Amino acid sequence: MNLLHILSLARKEFLALMRDKRSRIIIIVPPIIQLFIFGFAATYDLNDVPVAVYNEDSGGASRELLARIEGSPHFSILHRIDSDAEIAPLIDERKVLLVIRLGQRFSADLQRGDPAPLQLVIDGRNSNTAMTALNYLRGVVLDFNREWQREHGLTGPPVKLEMRAWYNENLQSRWFIVPGIIGSLILVVTLLVTALSVAREREQGTFDQLLVTPLRPVEILIGKAIPGIVIGLLEATLIIVLMVWFFEVPLRGSIPALYLGILLFLIATVGVGLMISSIAVTQQQAILGAFLFIVPAVILSGFTTPIANMPEVVQWLTYLDPLRYFLVIVRGVTLEGDGFALLFHQFWPMAIIGAATLAMAGWLFRHRMY
Amino acid sequence: MSARLRRLWGMIRKESLQILRDPSSISIAFIMPVILLLLFGYGVSLDAKNIPLGIVVEQPDTATQSLAGAFDRSEFFRPQRFGAIQEAQQALAERRIDGILWLRNDFSSRLLSGNEAPIGVFVNGVDSNQANITKGYIQGTWLAWLQHFAAAQGRDLDLPVAMEQRVWFNPALNSRLFLVPGLIAIIMTMIGSLLTAMVVAREWERGTMEALMVTPLHMGEMLAGKLIPYFALGMGGMLLSVAMALVLFGVPLLSPFWLLMLCSALFMLVSLAIGLLISIVTRNQFLAGQVALVVSFLPSFLLSGFLFDLHSMPEWVQTITYLVPARYFVAILQTLFLAGPVWPVVLANAGAMLLMLAVLSALVVKKSYKRLD
Repeated sequence: MNLLHILSLARKEFLALMRDKRSRIIIIVPPIIQLFIFGFAATYDLNDVPVAVYNEDSGGASRELLARIEGSPHFSILHRIDSDAEIAPLIDERKVLLVIRLGQRFSADLQRGDPAPLQLVIDGRNSNTAMTALNYLRGVVLDFNREWQREHGLTGPPVKLEMRAWYNENLQSRWFIVPGIIGSLILVVTLLVTALSVAREREQGTFDQLLVTPLRPVEILIGKAIPGIVIGLLEATLIIVLMVWFFEVPLRGSIPALYLGILLFLIATVGVGLMISSIAVTQQQAILGAFLFIVPAVILSGFTTPIANMPEVVQWLTYLDPLRYFLVIVRGVTLEGDGFALLFHQFWPMAIIGAATLAMAGWLFRHRMY
Repeated sequence: MSARLRRLWGMIRKESLQILRDPSSISIAFIMPVILLLLFGYGVSLDAKNIPLGIVVEQPDTATQSLAGAFDRSEFFRPQRFGAIQEAQQALAERRIDGILWLRNDFSSRLLSGNEAPIGVFVNGVDSNQANITKGYIQGTWLAWLQHFAAAQGRDLDLPVAMEQRVWFNPALNSRLFLVPGLIAIIMTMIGSLLTAMVVAREWERGTMEALMVTPLHMGEMLAGKLIPYFALGMGGMLLSVAMALVLFGVPLLSPFWLLMLCSALFMLVSLAIGLLISIVTRNQFLAGQVALVVSFLPSFLLSGFLFDLHSMPEWVQTITYLVPARYFVAILQTLFLAGPVWPVVLANAGAMLLMLAVLSALVVKKSYKRLD
């Protein structure tokens, strides 16, 4: 292996990427803009859920309960209605997510010690939003109950839950999602940079010229892999800095372990990219191949929905997804404070994926001629 | 046939032949939706089941056994017993379990002496949404047990205010019913913009654009000739996706089929126009592919309201989401499938898509001219 060969090919690859101003921009600017937009957008937490209230009760208790709901940052009461007929249009047209109905005898029942029903109608079109909103409301109602029982000398339930969340103490969605965005953005950029590198030369006919130079396939492989890895490393660093400074996600674990993870993830991604690139005959096929890999890789990585909820067959498929392992590493290092030992089982599968795909790409360089 | 029609027909025929001879376009339109919808329809789910839960009972007796038994029987949990809290916490740190239920050794004595008996609950909060769902299930199991326990002692458990909830459109809160229509919107966004993003760029890059320019073909005829075959391909993919949603995933369709297809056709046109605009502006397959990927996949995944509630985003992000066509289509699809033809929702969102289509077409026409530079 000749280092000079590799470096000069890598240099040529960098020039091919960076020479054109537009492709320079497309590699650098969109990931950063996307980090900001998605970082703010992607959250399961709900604020100001639009609520309509149908209160038939004139007592003080219903007013107190409604004041608590209004006071919560999660809900805002937008409509007050006074007939059942108004419920359906509000929900159907998505003007409100939730309608709260308090019957005529709400306060009276409460005073007498009878259970007072709080009737709710909720839009289940997005079942997760509906469930989250109901959970928030349950919290408000439990607080109200506890206070009511204390003020009226009633005994509460004999058993109390004391819940505590580890690692993400306030259960902020953002702490979970932003580290995931890093993985997805790096995946997209690196894969695009590498997936087109061989296909473009194939389409333009310069790859044959490259093959007849003294460069050996291994050297071509490494030379083609270097730009993706370097760009990925720089971009990852930039995004991590922004994540910690701007989104205030903690960085509790070992930074060297994080960087080992990034490096292995990049090698695996570059391997997949080069493999797609050497299978493809045209750039269009390469882009399609990259697409067909990126989309499932992101959606099945555990980025937004847990892998544990998937059927077993799909869970097996996720073992082929380098992003799956990388997300455990990023979240482990940022939130859980992990070091090398706990992350070992995430490192080696990425190394295997990288080695297998790179070997495949190198073999295809020589053997896919047409 | 007039000359104009003949020229258009010739262009359509050429594009169709190109599609048929390069299997990659057909595979985008037909194989991609099938594979993606199968993978995602089964793979993307927010319904937690069999949550691995560590249970620590420091002093086994009747009360603690019945409480732990309630968790054993729940379909939501897969409980594991640990002898000491330290072991369970170690397992939580190593991600072997997602939560811990801790009954301390004074639990039963406090319960029987009328003191409030606390249960310690720890959850791994990294995935905050799952942690919230887990907390909700633990609360539910706890409440059910309390009622059971009170009844066994011959008294009612009185909660001052009790929630009685009715969930419309999706009473079982099955996440697949809203995720599958949303996934159709995402898959169609990508297919629409990818299909066309490459086609004009390819003509420029291969130099065949110059050959087309010397023909009597008008620019409008060329654009139409390129769009029509891809529109047919995209709608074929759409039909396939809808059939899968209905048959395979059991999503109900509570609206007339023609309305669904009409809205889908409108959305497909918007997606194709975006792809066409990208390819006209970039004139380069590398850039066109990258731009198409950047503007279609992640924005439609994260900013369309498919998964994340639009209403809870900061104002400035909400403003940006108005530029994402999938936003309108997701709203239409979720409503048409699950709620029925709610005209105010359908018309408002279809109107927005129509406006987008008009603006995009104007841009396409403005940017495309027969000139070499």
